[in-house]
Amino acid sequence: MSGTLTILGMPILSLLIFLPLVGTALVLMIPSSKPGAVRGTAFLVSVLTFVLSIPLITMLDGARSGMQFVERKEWVPNLGISYFLGVDGISALLIVMTTFLSAIAILSSFGAITNRVKTYYATLLALETGMIGVFAALDLVLFYVFWEAVLIPMYLIIGVWGGPRRVYAAVKFILYTVAGSLLMLVAILYLYFSFHAATGEFTFDLLRLYNTPLSHPAQLWLFGAFALAFAIKVPMFPFHTWLPDAHVEAPTAGSVILAGVLLKMGTYGFVRFAMPLFPDAAHELAPLMILLAVIGIIYGALVAMVQPDMKKLVAYSSVSHLGFVMLGLFAMNTQGLQGGVIQMINHGLSTGALFLAVGIIYERRHTREISEFGGIAEILPWFAAFFLIICLSSLGLPGLNGFIGEFLILLGAFRVHPKVAAIAATGVILAAVYLLWMYQRVMFGPVTNEKNRGLRDLSPREFWTLAPVLLMILWLGVYPNPFLRKLDGSVADLVARMGRTMAQVDKPGQALPASAAGGAEPAADAAVPAVDAAGPAAVPAEGGSR
Amino acid sequence: MKMPFGIDAPLGMIEPLIIVSVLGILLLLVDLLLPHGKKHHTAWLALAGIVYAMIRTYSQLGQFQVGYSGMVVLDSLSTVLNLLFLASTGVVILLSMPFLKKEDVEPSEYYALLLFATAGMMILGSGLDLITLFLGIEVLSISLYILAGYRRDSDASNEAAMKYFLLGAFASSVLLYGIALVYGATGTTSLVRIAETVSGSATMPEGLMFAGVALILVGLAFKVAAAPFHMWTPDVYEGAPTPITAFLSAGPKAAAFAALIRTFFIGFGPIQAEWNTILAVIAALTMTIGNIAAIAQTRVKRMLAYSSIAHSGYVLIGIVAGGAAGGAAAVFYLFAYVAMNLGAFAVIVLLEHKGERGEELRDYAGIGFRYPVIGALLSLFMISLSGIPPTAGFMGKLYLFGAAVQSGHVLLAVIGVLNSAISVFYYLRLMVLMYMREEQETLPAIRVPLTLAICLLVAAVATLWPGLWPSAWIGAAREGMRALFS
Repeated sequence: MSGTLTILGMPILSLLIFLPLVGTALVLMIPSSKPGAVRGTAFLVSVLTFVLSIPLITMLDGARSGMQFVERKEWVPNLGISYFLGVDGISALLIVMTTFLSAIAILSSFGAITNRVKTYYATLLALETGMIGVFAALDLVLFYVFWEAVLIPMYLIIGVWGGPRRVYAAVKFILYTVAGSLLMLVAILYLYFSFHAATGEFTFDLLRLYNTPLSHPAQLWLFGAFALAFAIKVPMFPFHTWLPDAHVEAPTAGSVILAGVLLKMGTYGFVRFAMPLFPDAAHELAPLMILLAVIGIIYGALVAMVQPDMKKLVAYSSVSHLGFVMLGLFAMNTQGLQGGVIQMINHGLSTGALFLAVGIIYERRHTREISEFGGIAEILPWFAAFFLIICLSSLGLPGLNGFIGEFLILLGAFRVHPKVAAIAATGVILAAVYLLWMYQRVMFGPVTNEKNRGLRDLSPREFWTLAPVLLMILWLGVYPNPFLRKLDGSVADLVARMGRTMAQVDKPGQALPASAAGGAEPAADAAVPAVDAAGPAAVPAEGGSR
Repeated sequence: MKMPFGIDAPLGMIEPLIIVSVLGILLLLVDLLLPHGKKHHTAWLALAGIVYAMIRTYSQLGQFQVGYSGMVVLDSLSTVLNLLFLASTGVVILLSMPFLKKEDVEPSEYYALLLFATAGMMILGSGLDLITLFLGIEVLSISLYILAGYRRDSDASNEAAMKYFLLGAFASSVLLYGIALVYGATGTTSLVRIAETVSGSATMPEGLMFAGVALILVGLAFKVAAAPFHMWTPDVYEGAPTPITAFLSAGPKAAAFAALIRTFFIGFGPIQAEWNTILAVIAALTMTIGNIAAIAQTRVKRMLAYSSIAHSGYVLIGIVAGGAAGGAAAVFYLFAYVAMNLGAFAVIVLLEHKGERGEELRDYAGIGFRYPVIGALLSLFMISLSGIPPTAGFMGKLYLFGAAVQSGHVLLAVIGVLNSAISVFYYLRLMVLMYMREEQETLPAIRVPLTLAICLLVAAVATLWPGLWPSAWIGAAREGMRALFS
């Protein structure tokens, strides 16, 4: 466990979590008659948060296993709840992506949001606090608190600043998410008491709970409850119907955050909680999850293809892309997991940028119907170039970021289920079809609609909104290694945990002899030492189980 | 401490109760002396008395004493609950002052009745005998019947009082009949001796005993507004003057739960297996009916009436879970519930105006941006009622559902969370209206009376504090339960 990095006397993770909340308070103190000051303050706070989050990546030891930048304080000692934060490569990358996209989202809202400006930026900053908290929390109750705390700001952003059917979309969003996450709460409590039954200790500490001995049916039920909460958030195939509504109605920044970060909370939930907590169940249900993932890939792509509305098209493309992420995660090998995680980042960047681009057109024409456009490329040359790069990155062109993730995922999936990987690979082709077809209809050909004649090209602010995202897209596409290396330790951890615990708890009746005698055997992956960052704390937890 | 004549009546242990009762009588006299137009000042006297009683109660923390021939107990549970009752009455008094002025209601015996009701609650919280229990219920209920109909000029208020009185009297008689049957079966009304008899003797007439327990359960279920004995709640809550609705949904409900906990944990503890399943069904039914019916409401007070039914169901989960953990969870949830519910009603008192405005849900359209602070506070209370962190409502549910899971009632916990998901819909509908709909007419600027501002502040702090730093509150609830099980 590394020492905690402190900035200005504050441990870095707490600082990152609460800085945006301080921003919320600052923004609320500015009189509403000064929208410029509101925007400026919000943007400065978000940029500062981003800058301060960079050390999370640069100073993280990617090769090491376990959690880093750990902070732990007692919160509710009589229930065993602690304020326990820490990151590994996976969550560090996601946090930096969150701070990055939050700043971009705030910058992108300057023109679009003209009413209730103060509340808007205050809400957006509060949302950032919740999102960073989700990725940093290592205590299950703390995690749940942040997880739910994200809902209300997002609900307001969709419901207050959204499109015509915003209330419907906002309510649907919150009801779907709450229904799933409340069942997860029961599962968390069950896990908590199971751990207590085995060890006599009450704790919500995730790293200790990883070692909870659970019967086979209990694992399946608990995995089901966690997976449902996360699958709704991802969203996986049958639970995705809230997504198009939410995306279409949300303001541009809302869509960027929703696609970029909130959906990742679901996939992250699988990586951090559902899979390592219940590895047996994860293995057993992997075929089902992979099936749903592949259905999502193909279904999302096909539905995206026929959308007349650009934003809806991008929304369905998210269903397809997140299917890839899930496929990678449930391949459960190094390539698949690494690809899945890097694809989370890629999707955040590419889809975030796609929503920004659609937003830029929408602000000019107040429509997103593909048929309203045509031949825009000659009127908006800069925009056309940017949009093309974004589309290509989203469809996975080699040299841009999307390719790395999808390639690794398919590689991982191929090792496990070659046929499934082959089917999933058609999703890449379909992505090219719907994105390029959309691009062609909007950008090329003669200018069919006279209204499009007078459109102006990117403003400097819009240019600088898109440029940093494009830079990241190129960087990840050309030289992803620095980022991938940061994932080494955490992915190895995960692979090891999935392999090891499986052998240990596979047959509950024989759990103890098996783990005592054969603890060192399973799989080559298990060679990674000191899997638990909790280190010494984890040992009595296992030893005292019987 | 023995009194003269060998009577076991230590006055010290019921000091707060005496303060509140005497003060109530005193208020009746003072009211006569004050000229018209000055009668509102009785509120301050009542408030001062409540605060003094709270201070005295606080000094009793940690004491344990049984007196009055074993009919009354002073333990951590009664102390903690008395503090809750007194605090909620204090808030309701603050709430009533601007309300009575705004609606032109003479206070006369209003505050005295509030204090008598509080005395009833305190008797309930410290009763160790079925007779004490009945006494408490009657003192409480009779004051409430009058208070519900306090607006003599309003049909709705009269109807509420009448309904509440007829049904309440019926429930009381059912309860009394149950007590009689239990007495017949065990030969005693003392909860402690009932428990001894039930667990000790094989000759107890079981049928008689179970019929008695069932009837007592029915009577108390009526008082806490548990399904299927909840029918009176919406009408009474809607018709009663709003501060009284707030009062009804807070203190008296908590007091009835206190009686339920004492009677069933102590007196009927040994036969827990017999009543537990029934109570579990009642809990599930209460939550579900309350939440589903609340969705269909268009008036704020009715919606909160059904919501309060639903919350009774949640608290019942803690009682079903049983043991020190379940009881403590129930008590903690009562803290949270009283705080957030009083807060919500305080906002309603602020916004409603002589029956013209603020009663329908649609009257809340656009107020979130028109009155930002009030909107934010009402949102906080709604978020807490729906159990979303970081609020007392969330911690309360975490604790309650935890107790249920721990005691093996996983299904009940699942029903509970599904109900919470349903409840999110109607609680957040108020937020939809406040923030996502335009105001119908230009709303007038609003002036918040000082007393109401204090209420809102107290409620907001009491809603956030146990959500963010629940340790001390959980400690208090556990301390209360420890007394019960020692």
